[in-house]
Amino acid sequence: MTAASDKPETLSVLDRPNSYIGKTVPRPNLDRLMQGRGQYVSDIELPRMAHVVFLRSPHAHARIVKIDAAAAKAMPGVITVATGQELAAVITPWVGVLSHMKGLKSAPQYAIAIDRVCWQGEAVAAVVATSRALAEDATESIVVEYEELEAVTDMRTALDPPTPVIHAALGDNLAFERTHNAGAVDQGFADADEVVEAEFVFGRHTGVTLEPRAVVADWNAAEARLTIYQGSQAPHMVQNIAALHLGLEERQVRVVCKDVGGSFGIKVHIYADEMATYALSKLLRRPVKFVADRVESFNTDIHARDHRCKGKIGVKRDGTIVAFEIDDLTGIGPYSMYPRTSAIEANQVVNLVGGPYLTKNYRARARVVFQNKNVMCQYRAVGHPIACSVTEGLVDLAAMKIGMDPVEIRRRNLIADDAYPCVSPSGLRFEKLSHHASLNKLLSMMDYDRLRVEQAGLRKQNIHRGVGIASFIEVTNPSAAFYGVGGAKISSQDGVAVRLDAQGAVICQTSITEQGQGSESLTAQIVGSVLGVPMSRVRVILGDTDNTPYGGGTWASRGAGIGGEAALQATKILRRNILDVASAILQSTPAELDIADGIVVNSNDGAPRIELKELARIVYFRPDTLPPGIQPELMATKHYVPREYPFAFTNGVQASWLEVDTETGFVKLLKHWVVEDCGTIINPQLVDEQIRGGVVQGLGAALFEKCIYDERGQLTNANMADYLVPMSGEMPDIDIGHVVSPTTESELGAKGAGEAGTAGAAAAVANAVNDALSPFGVTITEIPLTPQVILTALGGF
Amino acid sequence: MTPTSIALEVNGERVEAQVLPRLNLADFLREHLQLTGTHVGCEHGVCGACTVRVNGEIVRACLMLAVQADGGAIETIEGLSDSGEVADLQDAFRKRNALQCGYCTPGMLIAAQDLLKQNADPSREQIREHLSGNYCRCTGYQAIVDAVESTARLRRSRA
Repeated sequence: MTAASDKPETLSVLDRPNSYIGKTVPRPNLDRLMQGRGQYVSDIELPRMAHVVFLRSPHAHARIVKIDAAAAKAMPGVITVATGQELAAVITPWVGVLSHMKGLKSAPQYAIAIDRVCWQGEAVAAVVATSRALAEDATESIVVEYEELEAVTDMRTALDPPTPVIHAALGDNLAFERTHNAGAVDQGFADADEVVEAEFVFGRHTGVTLEPRAVVADWNAAEARLTIYQGSQAPHMVQNIAALHLGLEERQVRVVCKDVGGSFGIKVHIYADEMATYALSKLLRRPVKFVADRVESFNTDIHARDHRCKGKIGVKRDGTIVAFEIDDLTGIGPYSMYPRTSAIEANQVVNLVGGPYLTKNYRARARVVFQNKNVMCQYRAVGHPIACSVTEGLVDLAAMKIGMDPVEIRRRNLIADDAYPCVSPSGLRFEKLSHHASLNKLLSMMDYDRLRVEQAGLRKQNIHRGVGIASFIEVTNPSAAFYGVGGAKISSQDGVAVRLDAQGAVICQTSITEQGQGSESLTAQIVGSVLGVPMSRVRVILGDTDNTPYGGGTWASRGAGIGGEAALQATKILRRNILDVASAILQSTPAELDIADGIVVNSNDGAPRIELKELARIVYFRPDTLPPGIQPELMATKHYVPREYPFAFTNGVQASWLEVDTETGFVKLLKHWVVEDCGTIINPQLVDEQIRGGVVQGLGAALFEKCIYDERGQLTNANMADYLVPMSGEMPDIDIGHVVSPTTESELGAKGAGEAGTAGAAAAVANAVNDALSPFGVTITEIPLTPQVILTALGGF
Repeated sequence: MTPTSIALEVNGERVEAQVLPRLNLADFLREHLQLTGTHVGCEHGVCGACTVRVNGEIVRACLMLAVQADGGAIETIEGLSDSGEVADLQDAFRKRNALQCGYCTPGMLIAAQDLLKQNADPSREQIREHLSGNYCRCTGYQAIVDAVESTARLRRSRA
């Protein structure tokens, strides 16, 4: 690792003997998952639990004329059939807007559609039965009469006067528009030696979590409490929303998240069918379970990245980039998603384009339109892959135009590593990035010059390989600037409580959640290191609003940076409190004592003085033997939120090496490299695996993944045989390197790493494909790069 | 529909049950026997999360009816864990962090063990090929390939 900035000496709390910080240690409690003894929501069974199945609209846009559920109600095992009207008496509708997204509008959305359906897959009725199979049987007996309405499916014509307005009360199909104009863009383009323009097209795709969305809602009428078992990334957000719309107080709602079978942003939203399940439990006064099947997942899990973005770059012959301009258009479905809204992705595109580069001349417009397709919202690396693909695609096109190597043009335009802090053209504040150090490291890892020689040699044999490079920035550790300022009750702070138990082990409750990233591990690593106990003596409790401090959860690459810092600060207090008690017992002073390996020791010579187990015994069972006036506090709680910077930006660079078969259009990924700078690394292996997994999600978008809608708004590939995801056979090995620039805002210095891989992978692949195809004079700016797209560009399809 | 009687062996235990003919093996294991380690991901035979062993062969439990398992011997991840058969593979997965959310892991372990029984020295390409019917959204597969490769190496050194 390269140290881009020296760590100040004050970080010694992490730099203790036997520290786990910066070390690869296995995640605790994996046996549960490996032995099939975890507990995912789909595994939960409760006494008297009923199962709900939703009847979903086959039409993209239709008026509901009549629902006849008489036959269904008489079917075996059926407890009730509920329509939107009936549920609206139990749960209120919502509107997915935020006040800081100026002008963002949406229409009220109900748990189950009333009068009108707006996308294929929207629920029109719920059947609750004693088993899922019986509920499915009964669903087939419901007769719904629809009057089909014209569907708005093409985002390019959504704003044209002849196109029907989906929500008449809103006046038009424009959900949100943002413009940005910085520097002197027109002057920049006038000064340019070359101006290159292109339209970048991104396939609408989705998260495909292996465990579908699932919820068990359990209303206990006698306690007047609702317990929600749900695989959510943000339990306190779910608690707030469920309470708000069911007319309850938050204290009446408990949200429990045990094991979660993949999330990636899919499980950070509030879905109508989940709201309906909460309402049905309240209505029926018994537990109700909803588990989406795969077709429902494709039709209702949020989609993402349906963008068409026109881009323009001005460049001088010496390689200096003089201006960027974009015009982004995205279609989000019929509603802005709740409560995070569907304006965020386009907003991020505007924020991030041109972000790694020096030019201050930047103009942008983003328009977000309604359409009769499934809803779109935030999915891993929100907006980043689009901004990165547009920026890096334009930079490569500019380089090609002036005949400059793609590495050289980046060297001449990336913000210098000693220029920080600084502000981007879109107004983002960068504390400390390391674009040049990262690029240098990447080039040496991939042996760039050798690849170019190999490429040239193979071209003579008609083998077309390409190298693609993509620099990127990533938003991590978001403060209240993300959601809180817009009025959403989504916490940006996190809390951690740590306590010494009666046997000298540590119990730690944190508000961040675990979906496999390693939240439990990083928390135990920090607590163990700061306190001076083995990780095996730290038990971490998360994912339960009754049993953790209040906080945001795990999303937007925030768990380590925010939850980790709260853990560090809470443990420092516990350590101080323990040493206070120890000094009283040992007639010493805290300065003369330390804790190592679960034992209070002399700080000068490390000689053991008293085991934590013994200290805990005295405190809990023989406090009478302590000196008068001592009241030990062996539990400490701290919360943390970044205040200085709205976001802790990270940076990195990716490279792809691949081969294009110009006969078949198939792309073979040969190798992928990433250099990433997420500040302090708590567990190198976990960071690397986050990046690898993220890269492969980006590779899926680059080559395979697309929700294919027809002109009537029908999703035509809503199954895993027709919607292709990356499988092991097609994926390359991925080499990862790091540059380390800790944030000085926190003592831990950690920034996020969860989305970096996804941010730049598709851009690197697209640039590599275009590099491979350069002898053919062909440039493709559309993903996924399917054989059909490639052959069409080559004129052979 | 009338239930049918079936008798089979699951993880070495005799099981007799009355099941509807339409019940698939995955739902039978999960809902009737509470063996929830067999996961359901796509319910159409593509994702591999429900992989179990039937009479020694790996099978997608969502594509097989419970009545078809009548008289057979089923092994699930719970059984393979308790017998210790995949303990070294699990250890390698732990050390290499070859699982994140863990939902694919039972199926992945069973598929990997199937490969290692057939081929003591698989190449990385052969490992990738054999696991290509098991979807993992979290890891990007490399850690899984590494873990299977290192287990094969360890087993060869002990053979």
